[in-house]
Amino acid sequence: MIDRDSPVTEDELHAYVDGELPADRKAVVAAWLADHPEQAALVASWRAQAESIRAHFGATIDEPMPQRLKLDQIMKHERANGRSWMAMAAAAAFMAFVVGGAAGWMARGASAAAPSSFDVYASEALDAHKLYVVEVRHPVEVPGGERVHMTQWLSKRLGEDLRIPDLQPIGLKLVGGRLLPGPTGAAAFYMYESASGERFTMYCAKTDVPETALRYTGGDQFAAFYWVDNKIAYVISGPADREQLETVTKAAYEQLDKTGTKKL
Amino acid sequence: MATFRQSVAATIPALRRYARALTRDSDIADDLVQDTLVRALRSEHLFHGGDVRSWLYTILTNLNRNRLRSLARRPALSPIEENDAPDLAGPEAGGRDIERALATLVDDQRNALLLVVLEGLSYREVAEVQGVPIGTVMSRLARARVQIKNYLDGGRPALRRVK
Repeated sequence: MIDRDSPVTEDELHAYVDGELPADRKAVVAAWLADHPEQAALVASWRAQAESIRAHFGATIDEPMPQRLKLDQIMKHERANGRSWMAMAAAAAFMAFVVGGAAGWMARGASAAAPSSFDVYASEALDAHKLYVVEVRHPVEVPGGERVHMTQWLSKRLGEDLRIPDLQPIGLKLVGGRLLPGPTGAAAFYMYESASGERFTMYCAKTDVPETALRYTGGDQFAAFYWVDNKIAYVISGPADREQLETVTKAAYEQLDKTGTKKL
Repeated sequence: MATFRQSVAATIPALRRYARALTRDSDIADDLVQDTLVRALRSEHLFHGGDVRSWLYTILTNLNRNRLRSLARRPALSPIEENDAPDLAGPEAGGRDIERALATLVDDQRNALLLVVLEGLSYREVAEVQGVPIGTVMSRLARARVQIKNYLDGGRPALRRVK
């Protein structure tokens, strides 16, 4: 669109339209455009686009505010849901305190072998994690209060006697669970929430692999620990804070190990 | 504390405008804003200074991305338009054209364009909201503008430009 040796770049034209150019360049671009009608027409078309976007959506700002978008309304509703703002901050400190002591146990994961097909569970679980942790109003199908029912239901659908770890001791409340399609059949998915609103999820699915070491996969935002025990793949996902995720994984792992996920 | 909530409250009308342009549906837009506000209030303690407005735009943008992703997993339910070409006449024609043109954009490009031209965010702020370098914001803007222009000129989505 613009010659390589042109003194004005296309980026500058955009910056010019968007008011992002320093004053000295602004004058140069304006003068240059006066001599380049084709580019001037392009700039005019961008301005016209912006104008019609503003004309079409700008009036939204003056519309009467619906009741449900008023802050005091939302806060009232939140309080009615039993969320206390004070309790949140208090319990958050607890999490930080519990972290640590997992280092020795983590040596298990150090011998992790080459990547295998069971990595697919981790990516499925992370996808589900990303999808549902942002869900504000409908994060789960069955609420955490119905733990017994949920255990029976998900165990039946997976064909495995599942256990849902109690992570209350490390400050994580069970939000609830849902059934998901997995790579090899149904998968169970539980969500936990810290007092500060951070969410962790546990994903369980049947697999052919009998057992693996613990593995870790981390991205910018989310990370997961995953392993297979007794032909069930487990994936614990959470925010990309390895230490914190270790604590959660350790707590869940110990319970699954102790109470066992026995085959039917 | 009060300042935080006041800043949030002051941004709600602009969030509605942004959400309306993103979704082109007032109910879905207000749902998005409501979810954004709930999340913002729940994470108030996580907010350590900075620009409340940019932070709210970030939450809303991410929630919308998640919404689009979950829609993509389902079969498309959008009504089939008899003729998807731009209207050539009529008082509302210009508005509908720009709506349709926006609908043809890739999510990230639409977000960048709306944040800049409708919400008046700086390139730097948009880079923060999208979590990408400023250069990426600028190329998203440029592509969005080419795409809209092609749509309005020719009535057909443009092929992606090869750099």
